[in-house]
Amino acid sequence: MTNVAEAAVTSTGAVAARQVKQRRTLSKGALRAISILSPIVLLVAWDALSRGGVLDDRFFPAPTLIFQALWTEAASGELWAQSQHSLTRLLLGFLVGAVPAVIIGVAMGLNKVVNAAVRPIISALYPVPKSAVLPLFLLFFGLGEDTIWYFVAMGVFFPVVINTYTGVSNVSAIFYDVAENFGAKRFTVFRTVALPGAMPNVITGLELGAGMGLIMLAIAEMMGGQGNGWGFMVWNSFQLFTIESMYAYLLVFALVGLLLALIVGFVGHKLTPWITRH
Amino acid sequence: MSNTTAPAPTEAASAMADPKIRIRGLSKRFTVPGGHVVTAVDSFDLDVPQGQFLTIVGPSGCGKTTLLRMLAGLESASEGTIEVAGGTAGRPENSMVFQGDSIFPWMSVWDNAAYGLTVRGAPRSEIKDTVGHYLDATGLTKFADAYPHQLSGGMRQRVSIARAFANDPEILLMDEPFSALDEQNKTLLQAELLRIWDETRKTVVFITHSVDEAVTLSDRIMVMSAQPGRAKAFIDVPFARPRDVLQLRHEQEYGEIVYGIWSQLKEEVEKAKQQADARVAPKKRGLFRR
Repeated sequence: MTNVAEAAVTSTGAVAARQVKQRRTLSKGALRAISILSPIVLLVAWDALSRGGVLDDRFFPAPTLIFQALWTEAASGELWAQSQHSLTRLLLGFLVGAVPAVIIGVAMGLNKVVNAAVRPIISALYPVPKSAVLPLFLLFFGLGEDTIWYFVAMGVFFPVVINTYTGVSNVSAIFYDVAENFGAKRFTVFRTVALPGAMPNVITGLELGAGMGLIMLAIAEMMGGQGNGWGFMVWNSFQLFTIESMYAYLLVFALVGLLLALIVGFVGHKLTPWITRH
Repeated sequence: MSNTTAPAPTEAASAMADPKIRIRGLSKRFTVPGGHVVTAVDSFDLDVPQGQFLTIVGPSGCGKTTLLRMLAGLESASEGTIEVAGGTAGRPENSMVFQGDSIFPWMSVWDNAAYGLTVRGAPRSEIKDTVGHYLDATGLTKFADAYPHQLSGGMRQRVSIARAFANDPEILLMDEPFSALDEQNKTLLQAELLRIWDETRKTVVFITHSVDEAVTLSDRIMVMSAQPGRAKAFIDVPFARPRDVLQLRHEQEYGEIVYGIWSQLKEEVEKAKQQADARVAPKKRGLFRR
């Protein structure tokens, strides 16, 4: 008796569950298809409209022409030459910004005095548009390479420091109690509680910082007078009115941004293996 | 009943010859928002002999957690002294099993259990043996590499117990370690705790809300008064060890002891409730009030 009743309950339960699930997967698949199709439709429409003369092809060159321009840049070695400049600046700027940001963020989170001293300064500087500060940087540091590193670093610094501080101060007090109870000294508390506890937020900060760093790089290369790099190529192509090549370097920025997000995400996953991600 | 209830706690405290834990004149006062001074613990004396499993029961807010945190060194005393008799050099004074989730989410079960030993730089082989032993004793060997979020609440609390025992302290402190667990898991963990504790018979100070838990686990129970926390009565629990957690409840004396504690506790619980009612502040107006 009971077995039959149980079986009946399970089977109806299973049927109901399957129906719900089916509907969901169907709509999910449809949504994914839409997500994949929409940019393709846009590109195809853009290409057709540009070639058909509906769009002004001086401003909107056909995507196929843009890819062709990118290929020309790559084949001539120009793309790689420019990328060497930009990647070096991005990497150095990222390090110069992120390392102090993590240290200061952790210090703020752990020490009330440091927090009281540093927080108003960060709060006051953070809302200033970073792009507006470039002239000041040029004034301070001159027209050298290092100006661009510092400028990129400034963009990376703020999201990293703010997120690190938030992460450290959000670590539950009980974990500090545990560390203290088990005899952990200051540095051990930092290494075993504060840093891993804040790590998810630090990674969020690094993700945002990487994006910000790329923006700063573009601004600095357009305005900083170095005469090379992706940002310079965008600006230079605009001035020479070689719009295909301008679009090509915008595409480079987009791809680099995507790649950066993937790299930081991957490293973040390796650094926080205890967090389940979908 | 009279033989299990010591009427004058101060006598009981001073009677002890060579206690493991000696607390004298311990007080703790807090200044709460609004400038009032609240006395959480008031000139408190207590002796706990070596190897005793002492449980403290008391109404909410009676200061028992404050007392335990002072014992753990996590809270400073306003007055008075706490002495823990030392033994082996290099052995930590106390280890605490905390209430609720206290194992590090970012460490594997193994690293969590090994935390105390790792922090004080114990030899690798000792860590391996000790942690292995206590993970085995708590049935966690299979989950040594798992992260806490992969475990159930009962298993996480087992890790916390393993962590405290593996640290091999002079005394063990437990702050309502099973309060978040369901009844069945609670019974299982009580049995496991007793089994592990029987190996070493370390001095334990255990805090709980549950009278049943207190009677099941302890050699002696201290009933604490409502705020300010004082020792109201001591009850000896005569059951032989090792104990069978289930069999115990079948004993006639079990019910009598539970009843005896409740009759001591009832008055204090009512007093604590009145205190709590008096403390309820007028509601502040929120932006999104109902």
